[in-house]
Amino acid sequence: MFRKILIANRGEIALRVIRTCKEMGIKTVAVYSDADRESLHVKYADEAVNIGPPLSRKSYLNIERIITAAKQSGAQAVHPGYGFLAENATFAEACAGEGLKFIGPTGKTHRLTGEKTAALEIAAKEGIPVSPGSRGALSSPEEAVRTARETGYPVILKASGGGGGRGMKVAFTEEELINLLSVARGEALAAFRNPDIYLEKYIPEPRHIEFQILADEYGNFIHLGERECSIQKRYQKLVEESPSPFLDEDLREKMGRAAVKIMRSVGYTNAGTVEFLVDAEKNFYFNEINSRLQVEHPVTEMVTGIDLVRQQIIIAAGGRLKIDQETVKLKGWSLECRINAEDPEEDFKPSPGTVESLIMPGGFGVRVDTHLYNGYDIPPFYDSLIAKLVVWGEGRHQAISRMIRALAEFRIEGVKTTIPFHKRVMEDERFIKGEINTHFLANLVREVG
Amino acid sequence: MDKKIFTINSPLSGTFYRRPSPEDPPYVEEGDEVQPGSVVCIVESMKVFNEVRSERAGIIRKVLIEDEDPVMINQPMFEVEVI
Repeated sequence: MFRKILIANRGEIALRVIRTCKEMGIKTVAVYSDADRESLHVKYADEAVNIGPPLSRKSYLNIERIITAAKQSGAQAVHPGYGFLAENATFAEACAGEGLKFIGPTGKTHRLTGEKTAALEIAAKEGIPVSPGSRGALSSPEEAVRTARETGYPVILKASGGGGGRGMKVAFTEEELINLLSVARGEALAAFRNPDIYLEKYIPEPRHIEFQILADEYGNFIHLGERECSIQKRYQKLVEESPSPFLDEDLREKMGRAAVKIMRSVGYTNAGTVEFLVDAEKNFYFNEINSRLQVEHPVTEMVTGIDLVRQQIIIAAGGRLKIDQETVKLKGWSLECRINAEDPEEDFKPSPGTVESLIMPGGFGVRVDTHLYNGYDIPPFYDSLIAKLVVWGEGRHQAISRMIRALAEFRIEGVKTTIPFHKRVMEDERFIKGEINTHFLANLVREVG
Repeated sequence: MDKKIFTINSPLSGTFYRRPSPEDPPYVEEGDEVQPGSVVCIVESMKVFNEVRSERAGIIRKVLIEDEDPVMINQPMFEVEVI
């Protein structure tokens, strides 16, 4: 087992990883930018190394500085968390090149899963349903028009090098398609340095359902059930749950098998996620692979009782998966609300600043993953996520009641947060009935006005 | 010489960017004329990129912050001479 791990991240996820390391008797090294000197992850880690100015590109995305910090502190492995360098093939390879174990899949896998059309091609070859469409990058507007005629309108344009919903465009007519294709190319080039665009039939009001996979380095794969992530704002997830109110045992098994199959075919190792879009008729389509630990991983931990970070570390250290698929049972229900420093009354405008008062919720079945403390200054340079409020209940209704209770207890003064917004979601009749899709939030916002 | 100078201040705290992307030229240089509504810089706050516009016409006399440096809310970023 590793004696020392460097955590190449900040905020709540850095704390999350440090906590498991402590429980496993592994020493930790934090890295921090000038903006994060007073951060909790710096205080909780056994050692901390400054890696530069606030700007991410010069600190948390600075591969050279992070590798130097790891080497100098004598760490044997690097946990990338999520975001920043978590899915960066060059970083994974640089770690390997310096004899540091990257806790995640290999650089080669990152490259493959990062190229969305390549992953789609593999899925299709394995017989896993994918949305009908161009599969590969479109070579011309003529090809786009031809493909759209085959799939039927509306169609959605997506960036090959993209992800997280950025740069996606929906076209309802041929004329729109031609116009949007050139817009999408320009945006993709600017955002991802890759102008390649592919086309898929657009699934109206889809659900976003993803499967958690664990894979060791000896070819053993399991899935830990699904997470329902349909409550999104501009493709950013805000509420997640496990299990999904939409899946039955039969569909869960089918999708789980498909997820394992595609991960096996890309030679995946460590923890990863397979995303599907599911239509109203319960047809599912492979969307993409997320080659990292997800923000919303705690809901899976709550219903399976499995610490995903611990599994990641064991796998990276060369351990075998000791969990059989048959023994994985989803027990009860878990919900997560992402608490962001944003003002829901002002179109979710960022709200950095000083936490003047903080009261955390607690009690049975409540988990708070946060880096906040009284007096903490939330810097404006990074993601607005400041806390993940996670609850467990015997069933979905109990989980919702518990979340409502915990949200009411949670007091953060000094900055605006999404807490009031989550209260509205939890009390919404359609949400309570489980009638949710990726357009739910846009509709709710419109109604609340 | 009685020149009227006003400043363009940051609407929020974050990171100050003088150019739309690292390869592009800056929005404005010292000596450039700006019109009401001209984009003068970007301030990124929590991954949200906000274009900042001049409210009045003028000539940029001084850029007060280095490209990619942190900026505080209400901090002056440009000195502009009224024309």
